[in-house]
Amino acid sequence: MTILTTRGLSKNFAGLKAVQEVDFDLPKGQIRALIGPNGAGKTTFVSLLCGRIAPSAGTVVFDGQDISTLPAHKRINLGMAYTFQVTSVFANLSVDENVALAARRRFSGSEVDSAVSDALVKVGLDGRRDQNAGDLSYGHQRLLEIAMGVVQQPRLLILDEPTQGLAESEVADFKALVRDLSRTATILLIEHNMSVVMELADKITVLNFGQILAEGTPAEIHADPAVQAAYLGTG
Amino acid sequence: MSNRAKTAWLHFGVLALLFVLQFVLPAYHHGNLARIMVLASYAIGYNILFGYTGLLSLGHALFFAAGMYGMGMAIHLFEASPAPALIAGLVAGVIVSVAVGYLALRTAGVAFMIVTLMFAQAGYLMILYLGAYTRGDEGVVIQQGERILWGIDLSDPTNRYFAALALFSICLIFTLRLVQAPFGKTLIAIRENEERARMLGYDVFAHKWAAVIMSGTISALAGASYGLLFGYVGATFATVQYSIFPLLWVLLGGAGTVLGPLVGTLFMFYLIDLSSGVTSAYMLIAGVALVLLTLFAPQGLAGEIRARVWRWLP
Repeated sequence: MTILTTRGLSKNFAGLKAVQEVDFDLPKGQIRALIGPNGAGKTTFVSLLCGRIAPSAGTVVFDGQDISTLPAHKRINLGMAYTFQVTSVFANLSVDENVALAARRRFSGSEVDSAVSDALVKVGLDGRRDQNAGDLSYGHQRLLEIAMGVVQQPRLLILDEPTQGLAESEVADFKALVRDLSRTATILLIEHNMSVVMELADKITVLNFGQILAEGTPAEIHADPAVQAAYLGTG
Repeated sequence: MSNRAKTAWLHFGVLALLFVLQFVLPAYHHGNLARIMVLASYAIGYNILFGYTGLLSLGHALFFAAGMYGMGMAIHLFEASPAPALIAGLVAGVIVSVAVGYLALRTAGVAFMIVTLMFAQAGYLMILYLGAYTRGDEGVVIQQGERILWGIDLSDPTNRYFAALALFSICLIFTLRLVQAPFGKTLIAIRENEERARMLGYDVFAHKWAAVIMSGTISALAGASYGLLFGYVGATFATVQYSIFPLLWVLLGGAGTVLGPLVGTLFMFYLIDLSSGVTSAYMLIAGVALVLLTLFAPQGLAGEIRARVWRWLP
């Protein structure tokens, strides 16, 4: 059973083909990593999935429903959540309120408070509820982003370079968190940290020049000569 | 005491103070304060859009005038009594803000400022063009006999003061409730980071539109009340000057604070009032004070208090 399918998905920016005719299938419950060199079109591709930008051509089907023309907020309300690559928290609002804004999409009244607490405990920020989000360290802001995604209890969680800027110990916690989440959600992960990708992902999709270069299990991808040439290097 | 309790005490304290002042103020300041409360209600309306939603409109005089003329024309042309006339002003405000919001929100930033400015200019010119009904620049005087609401003569200073206080209280409590409710918090989120709010699943356009409608309707209610309480409906109130005023009041008082509009209106009113008693170049003094405040209290008076002392201030 697939939760997300794209057919012929393309995006051109004034002649630059950022994403070209991508056919992508994501089965329910999987942790899928999306890797590729800088500029391969990873962020553009997931932005097309969640509606941040409009495609030049192609379709996106989410859980059996064609969402190609739905605006972003409606896609989110269908059960997608997206965390930003460049940290994009509400810097002038408290940590608590940041997560509450995400939680109020799904909960109301006192449920919001308990959902916020749960999410903050999960990412380890429960001691910083009253701080301004902008005063957090970069790594903590990343964790706050993840908490804002988690609290929505999405069916599909798209994480755009979540471990960028995290300390080693935080990365280990992050891996455990994603494994925990994958019991209830499908996860699509853009990631540069190969240890995270190899340990977490059930399958990996490699993008290069806006096209799918290879797709397979971590072991298959690691052994793929085309991927090695384009991205992983020969070491 | 919880933050919510402190907030309630402070704001009801301010309203209680305004109530008591009526009995102690000399006639001159008493009249001023009535006027300030109505204008501050206008600023409260402006603040919902500018301070809380982050949309800078340069055309709010259109909403103020819509309410004022909706009320004034109902009396002038149809001999309505004050209550239905006020409702006519309110309805005019709703209609205009629904339409202007729907169209102007297709733009953002500087374009939004220009589009709202242009709509307001169109409204002003419309008032002049329809001079046969509106009496154009001269305006319409609402006679004392036409200003008796439920047996209360609104031209009487005491009644007028209480009517202004009632209006101001309604607007203040409404905004206080609004910014503590999820809806108001979403507006703040949109102000802080629109794209993030959208990607949390909020319908940003719908929220902004609702903010324009609330803001415009409160402004219109203030305009209608102003005309009724002070007995005059004129095209001056639709000029660009009256779009700039609420912006200044809110900036000085503290954008995005519930009490800021009152503080700013009070401050600016008396700044001009006092300096004009000293010199004929009173706008110079006002200008210098504005520059100093912008330099040293960029968040406005109430905004600085929030940043430095009372962090819980809504």
